[in-house]
Amino acid sequence: LLLILGTPVEIQRPRGVPLTSKKPFYEENKPFTCLDGSRTIPFDRVNDDYCDCKDGSDEPGTAACPNGSFHCTNAGYRPMFIPSSRINDGICDCCDTTDEYNSGAKCENTCKELGLKERDVLQKMAEITKEGFLLKQQLIEEAKKGREEKQGKVTDMQENKKQLEEKVEALRTVKETAEQPEKEAKERHLKAWEEQKAAIRLEKDKAKMAEAFLELDDNADGFVSVSELQSHAELDPDADGTLTETEVQGLMGGAAQVDTSTFESVWTNIKDKYHSEVSREEEPAPVETPPEEVKEPVVDNDSEPFPEDDISEEEDEDEDDEDDYHEDDDKVRVYITQKTGASINFSDLSFDFGPDAEFTYLYSQCYELTTSEYIYRLCPFNRVSQKPKYGGSETNLGTWGSWSGPENNKYLVMKYEHGTGCWQGPNRSTTVKLTCGKETVVTSTSEPSRCEYLMEFTTPAVCQEPANMDLLPHGHEEL
Amino acid sequence: MVSLREVCGIIIFRWVPLIVLLCVSARAVDRSNFKTCEQSAFCKRQRELKPGRSPYRALLDTLELSDSRITLQLINDNNKVRLLLELYRLQGNMTRVKINELKPLKPRYEVPDVLISDPITETLSVVSQDENSLVLSLGGKDQRLIVSAQPFRLDIVEGPQVLVSLNSRGLLAFEHLRARKDTSISHKISSTVGSMWDSLKKEEDKPGMWEETFKSHTDSKPNGPSSISLDFSLPGVEHVYGIPEHADTLKLKNTDGSDPYRLYNLDVFQYELHNPMALYGAVPVLISHSTDRTMGIFWLNAAETWVDISSNTAGKMMFGKILDFVQVSSEAPQTDVRWISESGIIDVFIMLGPKPADVFTQYASLTGTQSFPPLTALAYHQCRWNYNDQEDVKSVDQGFDEHDIPYDFIWLDIEHADGKRYFTWDPSKFPQPKEMLQGLMDKRRKLVAIVDPHIRVDNGYKIHNEILSKNFYVKNKDGGDYEGWCWPGNSGYPDFTNPEMRAWWASKFAYEQYEGSMENQYVWNDMNEPSVFNGPEVTMHKDALHGGWEHRDVHNLYGLYVQKATADGLVERSGGVERPFVLTRAFFAGSQRYGAVWTGDNAAEWGHLKISIPMCLSLGLAGISFCGADVGGFFKHPSAELLVRWYQAGAYQPFFRAHAHIDTPRREPWLFGPENTALIREAIRQRYALLPYWYQLFYNAHRTGYPVVRPLWVEYPNDVATFSIEDEYLIGKDLLVHPVTDEGATAVTAYLPGKGEVWYDVHTFQKHDGEQSLYIPVTMSSIPVFQRGGSIICRKDRVRRSSSCMENDPYTLYAALNSQGSAEGELYIDDFHTFNFEKAKQFVHRHLSFSANTLSSRNLAPDSQFSTASWIEKIVIIGGSQPSSATLKNAESALEFEFDSTLAVLTLRKPGVNAAADWTVILR
Repeated sequence: LLLILGTPVEIQRPRGVPLTSKKPFYEENKPFTCLDGSRTIPFDRVNDDYCDCKDGSDEPGTAACPNGSFHCTNAGYRPMFIPSSRINDGICDCCDTTDEYNSGAKCENTCKELGLKERDVLQKMAEITKEGFLLKQQLIEEAKKGREEKQGKVTDMQENKKQLEEKVEALRTVKETAEQPEKEAKERHLKAWEEQKAAIRLEKDKAKMAEAFLELDDNADGFVSVSELQSHAELDPDADGTLTETEVQGLMGGAAQVDTSTFESVWTNIKDKYHSEVSREEEPAPVETPPEEVKEPVVDNDSEPFPEDDISEEEDEDEDDEDDYHEDDDKVRVYITQKTGASINFSDLSFDFGPDAEFTYLYSQCYELTTSEYIYRLCPFNRVSQKPKYGGSETNLGTWGSWSGPENNKYLVMKYEHGTGCWQGPNRSTTVKLTCGKETVVTSTSEPSRCEYLMEFTTPAVCQEPANMDLLPHGHEEL
Repeated sequence: MVSLREVCGIIIFRWVPLIVLLCVSARAVDRSNFKTCEQSAFCKRQRELKPGRSPYRALLDTLELSDSRITLQLINDNNKVRLLLELYRLQGNMTRVKINELKPLKPRYEVPDVLISDPITETLSVVSQDENSLVLSLGGKDQRLIVSAQPFRLDIVEGPQVLVSLNSRGLLAFEHLRARKDTSISHKISSTVGSMWDSLKKEEDKPGMWEETFKSHTDSKPNGPSSISLDFSLPGVEHVYGIPEHADTLKLKNTDGSDPYRLYNLDVFQYELHNPMALYGAVPVLISHSTDRTMGIFWLNAAETWVDISSNTAGKMMFGKILDFVQVSSEAPQTDVRWISESGIIDVFIMLGPKPADVFTQYASLTGTQSFPPLTALAYHQCRWNYNDQEDVKSVDQGFDEHDIPYDFIWLDIEHADGKRYFTWDPSKFPQPKEMLQGLMDKRRKLVAIVDPHIRVDNGYKIHNEILSKNFYVKNKDGGDYEGWCWPGNSGYPDFTNPEMRAWWASKFAYEQYEGSMENQYVWNDMNEPSVFNGPEVTMHKDALHGGWEHRDVHNLYGLYVQKATADGLVERSGGVERPFVLTRAFFAGSQRYGAVWTGDNAAEWGHLKISIPMCLSLGLAGISFCGADVGGFFKHPSAELLVRWYQAGAYQPFFRAHAHIDTPRREPWLFGPENTALIREAIRQRYALLPYWYQLFYNAHRTGYPVVRPLWVEYPNDVATFSIEDEYLIGKDLLVHPVTDEGATAVTAYLPGKGEVWYDVHTFQKHDGEQSLYIPVTMSSIPVFQRGGSIICRKDRVRRSSSCMENDPYTLYAALNSQGSAEGELYIDDFHTFNFEKAKQFVHRHLSFSANTLSSRNLAPDSQFSTASWIEKIVIIGGSQPSSATLKNAESALEFEFDSTLAVLTLRKPGVNAAADWTVILR
């Protein structure tokens, strides 16, 4: 408007005073009263480079007052206040250069550029939010379906269980009837059954042994050494809390290292106590799995939050024995429990997957980020880990703790705690910050403090309903 | 930021699993890693020698007298080995006593490069001589040096008073170099020795003379025993200070029944408070003080040294010739000091004072004064092991601006370098160091990057290859390059005692040599004791070789050379224009010439905050003013209260840097809630406002050698109540600071010294009389600070985000009047960063005085020239009365003023005169 008039209108106000809010208090040629009302001074003492008002209000345009602030209009960008100590300090703070009017600093007006950039960023963010929010709706929908399905499954399972129990009852009756006359047959059968079981066990044991060997052989040199075995404190024979080198040598029958063939004898010594370090999740997990594929979760055995009864490995073995009426009662009961095993997953029905269960899709997924040194892995609601890129064992950076965002939205931050302990330090922990994005990705990791990790993670699940698009700044400029 | 134990933590993950076994977790220092006197063979041998009649006799007929010195031979009547005694009278009231073997088997080490020049001698004339004594005149007030022949002793007397006696307790012991005998026999004899003299007579060897094993380390000692010892008695003295560095009280303790104070530069992990164990640096200077006189003893020896201190009664040891001179009261107190060193010669400077300032001047004339740091180095430093990467540096930098907290320097510890290869940058964390440095420069801020003296042995590392090809590494006893473990793993140690090596090292700081470096990057030398993780006592083997000398001879000097070479490099890279800034952990006498020191790896504990005061005061007495402790404590995590109190204390200590161990949670000032952020901001702002005063004090320290921070007794030498005070101190002579160092403190009791003196609380302007203990309630908002009545202190009250931003800002003068209604002070201004103040006399030095209601500024350096944009914005006169008018005489213009009658504070509004101008304000 001013330009249209074609006359250069100088807005009369002291330097550093905002046009809108405070200008009326600075009236030229009238005594100035400090904004805190503490005193009144002649107007020529406003901006005279000497601080008269305790609140700093007489020097809005100089650095004289320790608590003053300076207003830059920043036409083309955002107006702002800076502490008056930044006036003429040789550093360009205001993009319109008005803070450096007497310091010799060479400042360029960058407001237009910044304004454009900001609008660009805001626009992009708006787009992301919009799309993200749509995706979030889908996630909510899927979570809802999944929930219903699971509810249905529970019902089915319960039904199934009932039927099985009836079947057992029937089998038992048959068994009891048959028992007496067929004692001999039973014995024969039992023997065969035992043999078969032993064979299966042997095979399983071998498989376990092979697996254990690979796990133990940290440096993958084809040998398990004393030091490699020593890392398994649970093998401590005298359970005094330390697994000494001598003890390990005992377990290893005096050998310094064993290869796969000689490992068998070692395995006999340790298999009862041996705990696997890693579990099946070692298989590469999908870095990002689309939500619809989330039917068979990548099970992570280390996870505690959902106490899944381990689906027993003997499940397969008994699969075909259904009609074996020599089955003893316990077996039958075990079998039943196994068949309804899925039910333990129903504990997640009560888990906090967000107000609309929009975070459900993250459960049992893992997301990785590779940096120059490490591969970081976030398995939401489960754990965060770090593994050296070029070999070496995995470090637990924390297991699921809680949502711990700010009060107004706790779902913006996840906290993972009680990871591997640090030397002279705390146990490792990770804070995961969630931001709105179309994709579900770990975007960065850092370790601001020793053993306290920070991860940034984008997901549509935190996208808020976009504000009215019309409210976006469209080149609104204050003059 | 160091230590063996920590390294273990790292080794566990990275290198040798074997070492893990050595590394049980420990909360405090593992004393067993470090020798007691009993475990250090020479100290044990020497300490077994008890006071008694000395076997040494002066052969007066060997007297040779020249203009500058006299020489005499001494003979040990037990073994007939002759020593050569040299006596010098030095300009400025000092006496130098040198004792060496007359004909040593091979030369013994004499410490080079510590004295700034050959001390100027004055004529020493013979006053009288008889068959058993020689009396020499030291000039001045009847000062005499008396040489008694049998037993040999030296006494310096002034009129009827003995100032100091040497060998009066007969503890002069000089182990002469000898050829090795068949050791298998001699070891056996030594078990039943009555006294050392008997054994020496038999010339027999004692255990540890030719080989010594500590823990798993064997010292081969090819030169055999070579230790020296001498005792000094100080009649009338009950208070002795100095011989840093120890985490102990300001006033030195009696060491009877405990270990002596040890001086042997060591990397001590999690050091303990209040014990005489050696720490990172050593300055063999002891200051004695009584109401009569202040004196100093400078024992110039760089080998492992122990100092015993005991109290005695004067008179017990007086006999012979000196009784002709002195009046002896057997009741008078006396302090006895005994120095023991492993090798080298006896070369001792007795600084005769008599006033504290005289001793500082005397010591400065020998070893030089504090380097004058660029102003920015006196501002606040933000450090952490480690700022992880460029992004981290940027965000911490922004954090300071967001929270409006000033800072000048951000620091990078060892993780910044590529695999701990100093002079390089980690390519993934710091890919664009110049971009980072430019970002800081745009904010007028600076960076320090660490450069340690251990060099990674790696044939892909240029620095290592050059040192190797130039044959600059320290050698092991067999002549190969000495290697030890430090941060990078296997490391070599450049021989910094070699001047060619130092010149080469300095050249590596040239911008084109040190890639990615820029002019706002400065340097920190850590681990320069040197620290060797797998060496004896975490340092270098004593039989390692520096050219022809053993490490044993030069040990305490190594760190000084590292800092010197680095500081030289920074000067050279700027073409000789810019003042350097280098922080060192290890130091020796003379280190004050090269930069700043800090008290090493302290801990976030109240006791460590408390001990930082006497530690830095002791260093100041020994010439090193630019001292600080890690604010917040290096190890462990401080509570918010401790951190705030530490910032408040640190803001009033010369070197003001926060630092933290890598395993501690982050602790930038804004991470403890808004209230604590505000408290820390205020503490740092108080530092910035006072920078003109700090700068002027450092200028004076540079000129005179006076310490910047001083124990109270230095300014109030007759006030006995001040002699043991170490919980408060003076900055210059005009500010008294009493930090709050107790958890939950709601009050402190401060002693305000000086009869007739008045002190003003700088926060409230409240007035208190001197020579009283004052109970002062305290809140978290600040610590008690008082300005001395009679002083004028210049501040810059416009605190900005870095000291450079404040260069042209105006000054406010705070004139605190004494009981006579007068005050005086100084103002010093230059370009704040170059040598032009020295080379081209470009500075402003003003004397400000207020008396008879007239305040004026007078030029103290008429032949200097410098123009400044700074002006005088305000004058605050505290403790005066209300005038009817105030006139600026130059302009004949009336100054507006305000008077607060309750506090008697007069504020003159905007005199507006240039800070370099002559001006006068008259009150009527």
